[in-house]
Amino acid sequence: MAKITFIEHNGKEHVVDAENGMSVMETAVKNMVPGIDADCGGACACATCHVYLQGEWAEKLAERSEMEEDMLDFAFEVQDSSRLSCQIRVSDDIDGLVLKVPEKQF
Amino acid sequence: MANQTIETDVVIVGAGPCGLFAVFELGLLDIKCHVVDILDKPGGQCAELYPEKPIYDIPGLPLVTGQELTDRLLEQAAPFNPQYHYNQMVTSLRKLDDGSFELETDGDIQFKCKVVVVAAGGGSFQPKKPPMPSIDDYEGTSVFYSVKRMEDFRDKDILIVGGGDSALDWVNNLQPIAKSMTLLHRRDDFRAAPDSVNKMRELVAAGKMNLHIGQVTNLHGSAGVLSGVTVKSKEGEIEVACNTMLPFFGLTMKLGPVAEWGLNLEENLVPVDTEKFATSEHGIFAIGDINTYPGKLKLILSGFHEAALMSQEAFRIINPGERLLFQYTTSSSNLQKKLGVA
Repeated sequence: MAKITFIEHNGKEHVVDAENGMSVMETAVKNMVPGIDADCGGACACATCHVYLQGEWAEKLAERSEMEEDMLDFAFEVQDSSRLSCQIRVSDDIDGLVLKVPEKQF
Repeated sequence: MANQTIETDVVIVGAGPCGLFAVFELGLLDIKCHVVDILDKPGGQCAELYPEKPIYDIPGLPLVTGQELTDRLLEQAAPFNPQYHYNQMVTSLRKLDDGSFELETDGDIQFKCKVVVVAAGGGSFQPKKPPMPSIDDYEGTSVFYSVKRMEDFRDKDILIVGGGDSALDWVNNLQPIAKSMTLLHRRDDFRAAPDSVNKMRELVAAGKMNLHIGQVTNLHGSAGVLSGVTVKSKEGEIEVACNTMLPFFGLTMKLGPVAEWGLNLEENLVPVDTEKFATSEHGIFAIGDINTYPGKLKLILSGFHEAALMSQEAFRIINPGERLLFQYTTSSSNLQKKLGVA
């Protein structure tokens, strides 16, 4: 179990309980967090579950796979803290994770 | 004006798994199909979004990739000689007085048919529009998402944005005729074919084009004519002059012209009944991800079932008064003959 905080573009926070083994994207969709479109359903094929890691997490979860790096080319305003949330797996290690959702997925 | 008219029993809009299986089910009932798809290949989302990703919930195929499933469906439909029309979007659909339909594509093909099957999934794949401020003002004049005629880009100061095959292909193809060519990508790593990347790098090394690493933050210009863009790079902000920009950020699904065909819609989906998968318009059916009904599951297997039931009713429309004999492919020599196995 991990607690994850999603911060919408307008600053609204959603704190949700995430189940180990699921992806952060699935957690967001399950909890109806706005701004995570996940068009492809988690296949790392669309870049519409783009999030920004906040604070210390930017460094801790910085590592992206090659596939994710490629797919981020399709996202907008990509930063060093950018990740695709379908590629972050929930575990006890990410308890307290804070993420910002971009203004829009495109 | 359309430059050719094709008469057929059924036009299927969408060559995804459900559209392809509909060819098979309709074919068993001797119904001839033409299939139109906006992509340059069959398979729909299976081919465009996840050709190499495994699918685990196709009955009887514990594991199959999107591409394999597409290939198998094409093979299954092949005995019925469907005609596929790729790179085309059905732009208009009109019901004629005799109850048949007239469809037109943006590739100038006109169809006349008795039944239309909308198997358009999430809608049509269209180029992603980057959410850059004021980009709308320049679309069609300075900003283009595809190259229809290369000649239109002669002597332009072109900025291409992106790092995939489309971006690199057009850099290499347009560079010789452009006044200037600049490629902008967010990282110095390209997911395009190595050949095209090498070619681009040679052009850069020879001073024949520019390569910038960064992202566009602002567009400048007036009256729809671009004069340049602001690029945020690791070294700070730079200005890149250009009068033409081609952003290549992949494809997204948009409902598109289906919305204008007079069908009832619910949240961008087409409501159908669960007996015939008929829409609000007699003679038009909707199967697969694009339809909705109580209990709908967006699964490929649901679309297969929908294709089979839809075909029964399509038969009745196409062959009024004729009795439809239910047969199994395992035992019917008639069906086996059609499949070319008897």
